[in-house]
Amino acid sequence: MAQTSDTLGSPPLSVPVEHELFINMGPQHPSTHGVLRVLLKVDGEVILDAKPDIGYLHRCFEKIAERRPVTQIIPYCDRTDYLAAITSEWPFVMAAERLLNVEVPERAEYIRVIVAELQRIASHLLWFGAFALDLGATSAFLYAFREREKLLDIFQKLTGARMLYNYLRVGGVRNDLYDGFADDVHRFLDDLEDKLDEYHRLLTGNRIFESRVKGIGVVTAEQAIAYGASGPVLRGAGVPYDVRKAHPYSVYDRFEFGVPVGPSGDVYSRYLVRMQEFYESMKIIRQALDGIPEGEFMGKPPRRMRLEGDTYARVESPRGEVGVYLVGNGGENPWRCHYRSPCFVHLQLLGPMAKGALIADMVAIIGSIDIVMGEVDR
Amino acid sequence: MYEWLLGTGMHPSLANVILGLAKAVLIITFLATSALILILMERKVAGRIQNRPGPNRLGPGGMFQTLADAIKLVSKEDIIPSGADKAVYLLAPVVIMAASTALWVVVPFGPSTAVQDLNIGLIYIAAVTGINVLAFLMAGWSSNNKWSLLGSMRSAAQLVSYEVALVLSLVAIGMMAGSLKLSDIIAAQQGGIQNWFIFPQMLGFIIFFIAGLAEANRAPFDLPEAESELVAGYNTEYSGFRWAVFFLAEYANLMVFSALTATFFLGGPAGPLLPPIVWFFIKTYAVIFVAMWIRWTLPRIRIDHLMNLGWYVLIPLALINLGWTGLYVLWRG
Repeated sequence: MAQTSDTLGSPPLSVPVEHELFINMGPQHPSTHGVLRVLLKVDGEVILDAKPDIGYLHRCFEKIAERRPVTQIIPYCDRTDYLAAITSEWPFVMAAERLLNVEVPERAEYIRVIVAELQRIASHLLWFGAFALDLGATSAFLYAFREREKLLDIFQKLTGARMLYNYLRVGGVRNDLYDGFADDVHRFLDDLEDKLDEYHRLLTGNRIFESRVKGIGVVTAEQAIAYGASGPVLRGAGVPYDVRKAHPYSVYDRFEFGVPVGPSGDVYSRYLVRMQEFYESMKIIRQALDGIPEGEFMGKPPRRMRLEGDTYARVESPRGEVGVYLVGNGGENPWRCHYRSPCFVHLQLLGPMAKGALIADMVAIIGSIDIVMGEVDR
Repeated sequence: MYEWLLGTGMHPSLANVILGLAKAVLIITFLATSALILILMERKVAGRIQNRPGPNRLGPGGMFQTLADAIKLVSKEDIIPSGADKAVYLLAPVVIMAASTALWVVVPFGPSTAVQDLNIGLIYIAAVTGINVLAFLMAGWSSNNKWSLLGSMRSAAQLVSYEVALVLSLVAIGMMAGSLKLSDIIAAQQGGIQNWFIFPQMLGFIIFFIAGLAEANRAPFDLPEAESELVAGYNTEYSGFRWAVFFLAEYANLMVFSALTATFFLGGPAGPLLPPIVWFFIKTYAVIFVAMWIRWTLPRIRIDHLMNLGWYVLIPLALINLGWTGLYVLWRG
């Protein structure tokens, strides 16, 4: 059979010898979560080498940001990590607030925390479903979407949008919580608790599932730190690093929550970490809903937002540490806006993780690092 | 019918041919209709398991949805990839359809209702199930697609190893009934539920069921086409009518596997009150339902675990079952 070598300027793999085969996984593959292309060198089903090839969803976010005033950049942030739009907006808004010295009212900070944690739950629900689907458990996928749907309804009532909210503003949030928001959220969380038990019964103890995820795609703690991993990938490797704890922002220091870490850095550890994070997010939301003060939801940002100086703001997104490095030179547009994407970093770990695994494991590994290509390519 | 044909003054060999053709047409029609029902059932069962209604727009309760899909598939453009080995590519759906149709020759719908009640029914079944592998290999190799190739290699590995366990559990059935003829196997299970082979052959039943799921390429053993790993496995390049034939064959295989499970372990068409053929279908569809239930619940097993399960668990267990059956038959006298 004819073997095609790597093309289109993709990163080079060594030339295949006898028994070896190049396989192009993606950009149109059911399990690459968007338009990721992975070049695989396989011997039978064993992966000898894997190189991710990205850029299929590049939309010049950083360059566009240099040509827009601050308020107009926020909707672009939504479109980086479209499954967690709130936590994509947040670091940018936070950086702008720092450069502009804008005070954020306490109520607005609480609202931000609540929506960000709801966003984490929504994103993890989607991850759970897609991960289960990758492993062939079709029903779990639809169960997760059933719950996510209820959450998106809440978001729709609050922000008017279901995915790309454009909800955070420099100095606060666009609108206050609607009447009955707390009841809706409490009802959703109570329901979710039952449903999480169901998910655990469906997958966590399943023999086939465990055999598919245990010991696969191992990342050691040293490796994860060396590559700059964050979020569940780093915590799965046993490093208790969470931006919300390590560099507390907003009002996170007022809430009690744990930082779940995994036992061994494999796919299963990352799975367990995320499953545990559902409960931690629920804890935070419940505390925030109880403690939310009355007051303004919007501060007093200047009418003309002239950015001066530079700053780096970071938040813990469902995928890891999202950061924005914002530089202003006195104009209304940022002079430079760098967006740090955790998925971009995690994708570098794909090669080391996949070596020696089977093609079926590759799917599990990609699922377990929970990539969103919009964020990788920006 | 044969006598009637001879009565018209027809030459015996021509009468044989006509009779055979009539039976073949009957079986193919039956298979196509069953597949329509099964696909609808699968989508309804999946829908119920997944908390959604399933197809419900076309006809009462979505009854005509599969029909509409079939019409769509048949009317699609016939695509043959330019790099494909054309002859083999075109032949593969024919081979798989032939294999899954041929199995129905021996399936007894009633105590004496089968297309041909062969003396060597069990051996025939073991032999014909093996042809499926050939079709998968042909499809995967001729498509000139790496995913297809991987899918067909998987199917070859899987089917060959599960065949052994399957056949060993069939041997035990033959020992129980003292015959390889399917009508004798049914006769041996007559006279109430206590005579069903599932009780002395519990182990055999489990082995047969697992191996059968693997043979029919049902989840969690649907590795050859594992859509989230291999895109669509051996039939990645197939579209339109040819793909529909593969799909049809898959359901025909599921159906025949369920029918055989009912025949070997659940007494076949035996049962009170209702006519035998009704019992046959009740039992077959019960097994099919369990297979669907499993498919929509479990994740997919990995290829090396699948091979380990086959060689290290199922085949030794099947051998143990064989020993136990020998003792049982001796004790029974």
